[in-house]
Amino acid sequence: MTDQQVKFYQTGTLTAGNRLLDSELRTVQATIDRSNSLDSGHRACQGCGEALGARYAIDAAMRATNNQLIAANATGCLEVFTTPYPESAWRIPWIHSLFGNASAVATGIAAALKVKGENNVRVIAQGGDGGTTDIGFGCLSGMFERNDDVLYICYDNQGYMNTGVQRSSATPGGARTATTMPIGPEPGADFDKGKSVPLIAMAHNIPYVATASVDRLHDLEAKVQKAMSIRGARYLQIFVPCPLGWGFNPASTIQIARMAVESGLFPVFEAEHGEITASTKIRRKVQVEEYLKLQRRFAHVLKNPDQLQKVQNIADSNIRKFGLMSSAGGEE
Amino acid sequence: MLQVRIHGRGGQGVVSAAEMLSVAAFLEGKHAQAVPSFGSERMGAPVVSFCRIDDKEIRLREPVLEPDALIIQDPTLFQAIDVFNGLKDDGYLLINTGRSTVELGIENTVAQLPEGHVCTIPATEIALKYVKRPLPNAVLLGALSAITGFIKIESVVDAIQTKFPGKIGDVNIAAARVAYESASTES
Amino acid sequence: MAEAVGLCRPEVICAYPITPQTHIVEDLGVLVKGGQLTDCEFINVESEFAALSVAIGSSAAGARTYTATASQGLLFMAEAVYNASGLGLPIVMTVGNRAIGSPINIWNDQSDSMSMRDAGWIQLFAETNQQAIDVHIQAFKIAEALSMPVMVCVDGFILTHAYEQMDVPDQEQVDHFLPPFEPRQVLDPADPISIGAMVGPEAFTEVRYIAHHKQMQALKVIPQIAEQFKGIFGRDSGGLISTYRADDADTLIVTLGSVIGTISDVIDEMRDKGQKIGAVTIRSFRPFPLDEIYEALKNTRRVVVFEKCLAVGLGGIVASNVRMAHRGLTSPVYAVIGGLGGRPITRASLRELFEKAMIDDLEETTFLDLKQDVVDHEMDREEKFTRPGAIAENVLRQIGVVDVAKTT
Repeated sequence: MTDQQVKFYQTGTLTAGNRLLDSELRTVQATIDRSNSLDSGHRACQGCGEALGARYAIDAAMRATNNQLIAANATGCLEVFTTPYPESAWRIPWIHSLFGNASAVATGIAAALKVKGENNVRVIAQGGDGGTTDIGFGCLSGMFERNDDVLYICYDNQGYMNTGVQRSSATPGGARTATTMPIGPEPGADFDKGKSVPLIAMAHNIPYVATASVDRLHDLEAKVQKAMSIRGARYLQIFVPCPLGWGFNPASTIQIARMAVESGLFPVFEAEHGEITASTKIRRKVQVEEYLKLQRRFAHVLKNPDQLQKVQNIADSNIRKFGLMSSAGGEE
Repeated sequence: MLQVRIHGRGGQGVVSAAEMLSVAAFLEGKHAQAVPSFGSERMGAPVVSFCRIDDKEIRLREPVLEPDALIIQDPTLFQAIDVFNGLKDDGYLLINTGRSTVELGIENTVAQLPEGHVCTIPATEIALKYVKRPLPNAVLLGALSAITGFIKIESVVDAIQTKFPGKIGDVNIAAARVAYESASTES
Repeated sequence: MAEAVGLCRPEVICAYPITPQTHIVEDLGVLVKGGQLTDCEFINVESEFAALSVAIGSSAAGARTYTATASQGLLFMAEAVYNASGLGLPIVMTVGNRAIGSPINIWNDQSDSMSMRDAGWIQLFAETNQQAIDVHIQAFKIAEALSMPVMVCVDGFILTHAYEQMDVPDQEQVDHFLPPFEPRQVLDPADPISIGAMVGPEAFTEVRYIAHHKQMQALKVIPQIAEQFKGIFGRDSGGLISTYRADDADTLIVTLGSVIGTISDVIDEMRDKGQKIGAVTIRSFRPFPLDEIYEALKNTRRVVVFEKCLAVGLGGIVASNVRMAHRGLTSPVYAVIGGLGGRPITRASLRELFEKAMIDDLEETTFLDLKQDVVDHEMDREEKFTRPGAIAENVLRQIGVVDVAKTT
């Protein structure tokens, strides 16, 4: 049979795996010899975005580093559901120290490896948004400014989920959490608060900053691959929906993540040394209500036109700031 | 045991003075201990340092309460602090000044001390001349050697060289020798 | 001290500056940058919490790791202090003993180390600068033998900033004494393990018991290593306790750290007058050498524990620990709190104190050189006014510190 150029219209879709692609173009997840660094048997909730994101990211990092990887993990959901004594779901060397010091611990590991001449063993620090944007912020900034050779991965589920869904500085405006309850006309989380750690990471001028989402595996893996090809401080924030904390059907994790990106609420982009180098265009723009109405944490917002408008404003502002609409207008 | 207390202000080398004195004693085969007593590092704030010299091991850790010799690197301290507190009846007093003890208003204190135990010397001026910086500490050690005999001038010279090798040490040594000569002729 | 640490071939040094430890770390930085200390990563961390956290990562990855702090810094890393010992990482940390605020105070007392006494670190106290050097060298060996972190406590300013001649060992001797670090657990891609699991009620007690048990083992290991040290370096610079003219003493002073220097001078004066007084210096505060202290105290008529720390609401910290060693004996144990916040401890005050002790004219707890009138005046204010103002500032004003500052 002769070679035939077949047009695969489904390439470039967000389908994980893409078994019709050449093997080099397939995702790590689609390969039989994926390391399964975060192995099955862990105790995550059904539909947990973080469990998915962590496996995707670490497996990609393992391939990129030829399985020479050490991870430092902050306290949080990921740490708790992967290491219920006496078991561990990790197949890589892994250390959990404290809530706020994952980046510092990683710095220490990187220093030790450097001294020992282990140039090919790489280090990842990982934690949830709480451990990253709040309590771990000081250590994170220190690691960035020293340009330590660490990739920090933040699994952003927009709240302190492990302790019962409390607000973090990554919690979006309007969201209900146990510490930002919408009461009467008051919104859930305040709209004029919060911080963007990716932008702050960019302000540190580090070699690579990127955001990614569990709904687009190829993109996530490519970014991990790229990150591991660079030396110095790198930051990757992965959007990981939390069915329990956000109040949605556990089967809808990917869909929720997709809509967050397609509405503009979670911009997906890359930056190097403080300048944006690429952003993922929105394929089919989603109105924020479509995204919000699937999550019980936003029930209050939907009843309040004012708050709804505020959310839309955030989306529109992101679209403008990060150039998320292609010139064609976003419909393919 | 000989106990020396040095008073000055931050930036004048009070702590280095005590260190150099202890090194000088060490080079003579004695035991020595130098300790600073200061607050947060700040130029101009009063600073005290202590030095103890003995033939046997020094275990004592208290501040020098009864000095055998007192070095005042900055006479403006007389108003602020009771620098003379505890000075032994037969103690030595060495003041960095171009003025007389009468002009400084301390002639009563001075009168209590034995003949030849009090010395005023314009150490800052000497330092400016030889070292080109207003650091009187090494200079004063030269004078201290002359009036007290606690350590030999050659030990002071070696100590200065140890602490400040090269050119800086050389000019400080020159200044210290000048002070030594000057103080020797005075007493 | 920096030199001594350097001789131990640390591979990672990560510390945050705080008085009075700054120059130790600065000197190490110079040694690394200048090339005298090779194969060593020196990291400028952004806080003490980061310092010990970096140390945790580095030690877990198999590198010999060192850090240093004091006072507020030690508290800022408190979470990591417990974490390091819980994980069993042989980090060595110098603590330049300094008081803890509020009120802020940069001078020496031992409150800082005491605040972490139960965290699971070995705590060794140095009496002199020579000992400080020697104990640091032993500390690495002890830490690595037991896979447990060690705190070397050195009185701030009094020792850290004192200039004394010292015998610094040479590299060959130290290499002979201290072999390369062989970690008991290590993060290694060739042999992956998970460190730092969550442990529930079913196993937590056992894990903690083991930590306690290992410190009990340290009671044997510390003297052994001190013996080995003496064999190579010729100095008796470690172990659990030391005694001074204690054998036939009617009155024994128990203390820690540099104050034993001044106390020894007073003891000599009093012995010259025929008074039977001696001292016991605790060198290992954790593990606490219950048996050794009991043996040292069992024949004396009275015990005076002299400490530079305070258990607010109780009295003496060291005294409480000593009383536990002293159980079963009938001699009185007096607690004396002195030197807080760097107040000088003078021979005169000690002499007076010891004279009183010898006629049992001491309260159960005494604050040495307390200005009772100042205290009374302030307590009076507290009673009289609804808004008496901040206590520390009031006391300073009373003593004249504030007014003096205004006039100069």
